Amino acid sequence: MADKLPRRGFLERGAALAGTLVLAGCDGLTGSRWANDQLGEVENLTRVAQRLFAGGHALAPEYSKADIAPVFRPNGTLDPGTNDYTIHRASGFKDWIVPVGGLVETPLKLSVADIRKMPSRTQITRHDCVEGWSCIGEWKGTPLSLILAKAKPKAEARYVVFYCADPMGAEDVDAQGNLIPRPFYYESLDLLEATHPQTILAYELNGQVLPVEHGAPLRLRAERQLGYKMPKYVQRIDLVERFDRIGGGKGGYWEDQGYQWYGGI
Amino acid sequence: MNADAVTQGNAKDPSAWDAAVDRLRAALGLPPRVPKNTYLFYRHTVPVRVLHWINAICMFFMLVTGLQIFNAHPALYWGNGSDFAHPILSMTAQGTVDNYWGVTQIGPWTFNTDGVFGVSDTDGVKTVRGFPQWATMPSASPNLALGRLWHFAFAWLLVFNGLAYFAYVFWSGHFQKELLPTSKDFKDLPHEIATHAKLQFPKGEAAKHYNGLQRISYFVVLFVLGPLILLTGLTMSPTMDAAFHFLPWVFGGRQSARTIHFVAAFSFLGFFVIHIAALLLSHPWNGLRSMFTGRFAIEKERSDG
Repeated sequence: MADKLPRRGFLERGAALAGTLVLAGCDGLTGSRWANDQLGEVENLTRVAQRLFAGGHALAPEYSKADIAPVFRPNGTLDPGTNDYTIHRASGFKDWIVPVGGLVETPLKLSVADIRKMPSRTQITRHDCVEGWSCIGEWKGTPLSLILAKAKPKAEARYVVFYCADPMGAEDVDAQGNLIPRPFYYESLDLLEATHPQTILAYELNGQVLPVEHGAPLRLRAERQLGYKMPKYVQRIDLVERFDRIGGGKGGYWEDQGYQWYGGI
Repeated sequence: MNADAVTQGNAKDPSAWDAAVDRLRAALGLPPRVPKNTYLFYRHTVPVRVLHWINAICMFFMLVTGLQIFNAHPALYWGNGSDFAHPILSMTAQGTVDNYWGVTQIGPWTFNTDGVFGVSDTDGVKTVRGFPQWATMPSASPNLALGRLWHFAFAWLLVFNGLAYFAYVFWSGHFQKELLPTSKDFKDLPHEIATHAKLQFPKGEAAKHYNGLQRISYFVVLFVLGPLILLTGLTMSPTMDAAFHFLPWVFGGRQSARTIHFVAAFSFLGFFVIHIAALLLSHPWNGLRSMFTGRFAIEKERSDG
């Protein structure tokens, strides 16, 4: 047995070294651009599998008035703060016009008043943030499916893209001291999620006119998705066949920062 | 070469391979691999060993990426929504902008955990973060997007691996013969715990089979902790909750499910620590080898002659 001891010492040191190398390797792997690009397919697997169970239009759970959070936590942009938005805000958004265009038979221009005149849906639902927290609130708005039915999407339309009024990221200047234009928030849903009965363009939260920190005058609710899939300050809606030439090409502001396009998990 | 060295434990023992290795060692003038008073017993089959190591890799990545995800909102709640003023557990910073330190709050208690939980260094820079850089992956910066990407990728691999494992253990009879705890296991449990606590581990013929404590703990991990962590993970998905309304209901809400998921993850970590401690304290090289080659050296008992 004695002749084994030096070998054991060697093995132990070897194992410790190998362990360190493996850890560094794993860390390098999870941080590597190449490996992360390969994992894009996993997102498709998750989407297909979840849709298999959630069917076309299975409804998200709805809650009672007693479950409503006393304060609904606002997140992301709390005030777009641009000149345009500030002017709209001061006039109570009476001139806020949402064009619905792209691959549609009948392009629309809808004011907030037009949208409020359409049939509405009220739902007490749970908002799940990608960060991990949840908040329950009562939303009232117009089902997006009704707006899409009015606009009549063309056969080749596959996604609905929402363009928003809030600029994202920190303000920065270039070498000459000029302000660098900031990208505006945008998001996209496929037609299945866009026409889900609980997908509404909301204008009220908890019986009050939608507050600025929650996306006044209009925000999307897509109740089977995480919060970042529900854009606030919606100011234009486009139907498209593909989104790879919009923004950073990944289908949304956060998707362009590396988040998954499929936000059902 | 000694014939005892290659006595097979059961019919599956690839003794031809053993004999070849021993002939090679003898030709090179090396001592026989196995001391005379032991013989090799074929303890772990190929599927068990392969699935074990895939599982180990998945569990490692699930933990470090899970902690990365937790860091995006390092607090736990009970119920469907988050009562931000009253978390069950939170890791935050206390103090002022110029002088702050990390604290961990559990229920009514608050502990200073500066440097580890709440506030710790990220690449040498003092950062407000739940778990420290060394416990999360990718470690370079807080990165929820990549943490999620890897967590879900390994979750799929873990599910496929788990399904393969369950299919194999039931089909092969390994579950019925070796894993299913018996009523005797439960009766002997206090005695088993006492002998394990005294670091007395089964030897000789008894080491050929899982002992009662192993059977019970493997059973709990496979049939309680495993399904629990999978289902609470799925409950956090809003689309899964739309598909199965009973999911958030059964766990007392989405935030409760998140809390249970966290507790289950640390139960797995606890199982891992005990698993490794038992290996290191009993027969580390023999045990580790048996998980690679399948063969475990058994000490011959006197009656063997």
